[in-house]
Formats: sequence, C-alpha cells, structure tokens
Amino acid sequence: MASTLFRSLARTTRAAPKSRLLSRNLSSSSVLRQADPTLEEARKSGFDYHTVEDLHGMTAHEILAGPQEDTKMRHFTVNFGPQHPAAHGVLRMILELNGEEILRADPHIGLLHRGTEKLIEYKTYIQALPYFDRLDYVSMMTNELCYSLAVEKLLNIQVPDRAQWIRVLFGEITRILNHLMAVLTHVMDVGGLTPFLWGFEEREKLMEFYERVSGARLHAAYVRPGGVAFDLPHGLLDDIFKWATQFGSRIDEIEEVVTGNRIWKERTIGIGPVTAKQALDYSFSGVMLRGSGVPWDLRKVAPYDKYAEVEFDIPVGKNGDCYDRYLCRVQEMRESLRIIGQCLNKMPTGAIKVDDHKLVPPPRAMMKESMESLIHHFKIFSEGYSVPAGETYSAIEAPKGEMAVYLVSDGTNRPYRCSIRAPGFAHLAGSDFMMRRTYLVAVIPTYHIPL
Amino acid sequence: MFSRTRLLVGLQPRLVLNARPNAASAALVARRLISNTSCSHAEHDKHRHQHELSSGIDARTSHSSHILPAERDAYGNDVNPYRDGPSALDKAVHLFFFTEIIRGMWIVLENFFRPPYTIMYPFEKGPLSPRFRGEHALRRYPSGEERCIACKLCEAICPAQAITIESEARMDGSRKTTKYDIDMTKCIYCGFCQEACPVDAIVETQNQEFSVETREELLYNKEKLLANGDRAEAEIAANLHSDHVYR
Repeated sequence: MASTLFRSLARTTRAAPKSRLLSRNLSSSSVLRQADPTLEEARKSGFDYHTVEDLHGMTAHEILAGPQEDTKMRHFTVNFGPQHPAAHGVLRMILELNGEEILRADPHIGLLHRGTEKLIEYKTYIQALPYFDRLDYVSMMTNELCYSLAVEKLLNIQVPDRAQWIRVLFGEITRILNHLMAVLTHVMDVGGLTPFLWGFEEREKLMEFYERVSGARLHAAYVRPGGVAFDLPHGLLDDIFKWATQFGSRIDEIEEVVTGNRIWKERTIGIGPVTAKQALDYSFSGVMLRGSGVPWDLRKVAPYDKYAEVEFDIPVGKNGDCYDRYLCRVQEMRESLRIIGQCLNKMPTGAIKVDDHKLVPPPRAMMKESMESLIHHFKIFSEGYSVPAGETYSAIEAPKGEMAVYLVSDGTNRPYRCSIRAPGFAHLAGSDFMMRRTYLVAVIPTYHIPL
Repeated sequence: MFSRTRLLVGLQPRLVLNARPNAASAALVARRLISNTSCSHAEHDKHRHQHELSSGIDARTSHSSHILPAERDAYGNDVNPYRDGPSALDKAVHLFFFTEIIRGMWIVLENFFRPPYTIMYPFEKGPLSPRFRGEHALRRYPSGEERCIACKLCEAICPAQAITIESEARMDGSRKTTKYDIDMTKCIYCGFCQEACPVDAIVETQNQEFSVETREELLYNKEKLLANGDRAEAEIAANLHSDHVYR
C-alpha cells in the first residue's frame, strides 16, 4: 500500500506542469496523458504527440518506434462534418483527436458557399434582398438591415423616423432570437436540455411577431431599402410589450439554472480562451471580442438608425472564455429588452417608407387609381431603380458581430459588386487556437459560426 | 485496497494542480468555480465604458491587466489567493450542500407544474397572420374570369426565377396566360410576386401544408394554381381585405 502510494505521488509530481485542461473529466473514458511539448521535447515520439507539424523532420522509424510499455492508442484524424449533428449547421473541420480531446482543428470553408455575392450581381437591388435573409438564418432582419443601409447610403436617402424605430425594434428582437439560440444550444451541448426548451418557447413567440409583421417566420424580407415593407399591424406593439414584460423573468430562470451551476462552470470556465490581442489580431467582433474585454460595439461607436437615441449598455467580459461569452450574451439579451422597451415607448406615427415612388412602390390603392403610380409600380418591379455610381462599406452590429456589406454601384439597376463581411467567417479562423487541448462540444457553440 | 489506490492516483493530479503556486489566474478560476453569485460578472461598469469605447484598445491588449496585483512572498507564491472572494465557509457550504443545483432544480420543478405550451400540431395549429406567405394561388373575378393579365411582373421580380409565363390574345381581345408555371422547389416565398401583381391575381395563401412525395408534383401549372385559388377564395379575400390598409 505504502509503496503504491509513494509511486503515485512521485508520478503526480512529475505530472504537475501538465495542462490544466487535461485534468478535467468531461468524459469517462480515460484520456491519454500528454507530455508538455515544450518541457519534454527530448523524449517525444510519434506516439506521444503527433499533430502533423510535429511529425515533420522525423523518420518513419522514429515515428513508429514509440515507447512500447504504456502506449495504447494513437491519435486519429476525424473529418468532422459537414453534416454533423453537433456542428449546428454546415461546418466542416478536420480534427486531430486524442480520445475526445482536440489536438488540432483545421476548419474548412466553403460548404455554406451558395454563390450569393455573384448571384446578387445579376439581380436588381430589390431582388437581392431575400438573399440576405438566408445568409445567417438565425438573425434575418439584421442582415436585411445591413444591406438596406448600404443601398440607402448609395441612394443618399433618409428613412422616416417610424421606419427607423421599427428597424431598431426588430433588430433587437432578432438579437434576442439569436442569443437565445446561441446560449441555449451551448447549454444543450454541454448537457443541459431543459433551458433549451424554455428558450425555444420564447423563440416561437418572437417568430410569431416576425410572422405577423412580415408574413414569414424566418425569411422575412421585411426591411427594405427605403424603409420597411409594411406598417406594423394593429395590436402588435401591445403584444410585444406583453411579451417583453415577462421575458425578463424567463432570462432569470435560465440564468438561475445555468449560470451558477457547477457543471456548466466547470465545462466553460477557461475553455476556448481568446485574449484581447488574439481577438483583435483575428478581427473578431461582437461577443467574441467583447467577451475578451474589448468594449467595441458598432451600435455605440457608429450608431445607425435610432441607436443614438436609445439608452443601453455594452456588457464586456474579462477572461475571454466560454463562460464570459455566455454571460455577455445573456446580459445583451437584457440590454436588448431595454431597447425594445424604449422602442415601444418612443414609436412615432408616420410614414414607413421614403416618399419617393421611384424607389419604393406606391401603395396599392394609389397604384390602382393613378396612372403615374402604376407606371412607377411597373418600373420598380420590372427594371428596378438605378443607384448612383459609387461604393460604400456599411457595417452594423449583427448579433454575431460586425456584419457589413461592401457595395459597388456602376450606376445601373444592379450592383456591380456586393461583398459581404460575415462575422462568423473571421471567428472560424480562430477555431484552431481556441480548440486546442479542449473538447469539441464545449467550444463549437460559443462562437456560433455557421452563419 | 486496489480501488483506493486508483482513487488516489486519479485524485492526486487534480489536487496538485489546484494548489499550483501559479497565483492569480488559478485563484480567479477557483473563485469563479465555487462562488454562487448569479449573474454579476457581466454587469457593465458605466464609467469605464464611457472612457474606453472610443479609444484605448491598445492599453487593453495586455490581457491580464484587469487582475488585481497579487502580493507575493520571496518565492513568488501568492500570499493571499482569496483576497477578493467569499469566505472558505461560504464556499464549503455551497460546495457540499449543492445550493446552486438545488436552486436550479427548484426552477425546473416550478416549470414542471406549469401548464404545457405544447401545440398538438395536426389537431391544433398556431394562429397565422393575414400576411402569411404560403402556397401560391391564382384568383378569379367573381364572374369566373381569371384575373391574370399576363403582364409578367411576377416573372420579372421573382428572385429565384421560379415563375414561367406564356401568353396570347384571346378572340375577344383580352390578354390571358396560356401557361403559368411556378416551380415550387425554386420558390423562396419572398412574397414579391403578390406585391408586384397589379390585379391581385397571384397571391400566397395561408396554406403551408402542401408537402408531396415527388418533385414533379411541386411543379405547379395554371390549373393547379387556379384550383388553389378557387378552393381558398373566401380566405384569400378576407385576408386581403383585413390587410389592405397596410399595403
């Protein structure tokens, strides 16, 4: 007994400088203990550590002749995705795994590539709008808003107040939709299914608002260049108010179950760390950046629509790990709720589109009575409108980060070039350094990529 | 005895790691792991934010700047790793009495006794707004004449190019379609066709349950669309009427 105890103690003191992450027990399968590559460089063989870079310069003999006594399993390479249920969308990664632990992650882009940018070059400005719904299909209206702002900037038009308030209102509803999805799928992936179901009840209500205002639960095509498509239906603001009064306590419930929970904490604190420097170097934005302690939010820095007139705070994390990002998202939901409340109070009456019927179609009653309106109607829906030549980069704070459209117009009715800066693309580039030496399910949802 | 040895072997590294002299970060992690304060970590400090939103990113790039300076002894060990955390007794109580788990489970229990929000779908359905964009239909005038005048605006605006129209003049001089096809597999239900239609002929109905078993059945022709319109005319007219002030 005493000798085994001594031996185990001796072994553990030798094991002290090993990675802290390794000592966590997410899985019940015993993980092969890895030597720290910097300290034990000399004794390393292919069996200890073999990401592809580490095998460079080793002969086959060296690779294969590992320490024979305690090696049971080699690392293996797994093609994760593109249609993996844990990927939350279409995400493909080449993972080098040691058991469940990731040694190297190599994200592959292109599986969500649908040629959107090229397609848009062959569509009129109004036809290009529905494509933006489909870019990030959990934050639809902010995508549309981004495109609409770009077109409006080129057209040099100012949207009426009511339209701007509606945009802010639904932008924040979209943010809550997105964060509910992000937070609760993360919770689900690390093992808590219950809050996920509660959150989806709320999402259902929010998508009902979407449906009432635009006619579609997801792909709204509601925010248009020049305003919004239709006015708010009667009674919608009352219902949003009723929803908003109870949603705060729903967040409280979710937080009560999740935030303090020791399992949740153990599986997120210190996982997927991003330092502020890394976040800036990789051009992260949104929660990925704010979670690392950089207070940067385009709604504050470069306010668009009515964000300059609403009062809200920007939650900022400290440590840049999954837990801080989770807290940021939850707090952002509360801030969105504040903004929604202010929108409801300040919602003015008035027009919801610009008054120029060369840019937005005239109302149907007018179209059926006046010849001029009918001509405008036909022109808009067949040829579209021509946008003055120029280029713009207009960015908004989408729920996932900085979403931007770089739009070049050559003066015709179609964009000459439309380049989309999606926030998740930059975040995907960081997956390797975030995931090394940790577990897949713990990190994937935190940056909420596919989209 | 064997099992106890295994237990020791399994536990020891973790204990050693927790007691690692590596100071501040470990202390921070330990505090956050154990403390049960619910959501105060992300709360925002207004003053800091006002100063630093516009500039000062460089100053913040040193990641550990937020950690309070630790007092260290001659060997570099942290003198008081618990300087800003709760007391050991608090933490022990939370740890051993599972306070946060029990609080969470209480919420779960409350929800268990709430009325369920499930909609038993084929028998119960959620409400749909008059604006809902579902299956397409072609409408007729009350006289029975079809409305579509083959102006082809819907064909022109359709972003997915799902609509195909061919037309010719009739003997009485009116222009009508001879072919009106919608490829429902291409359609993205954006609603632009019904916005474009100057005579309210093509509309999107509230019907969303039109799944079929083969692809060919989703290539709608004029007969199918007119039949949809005939079946749902009352509903379509009511929806258009209730929404007409907004359009």
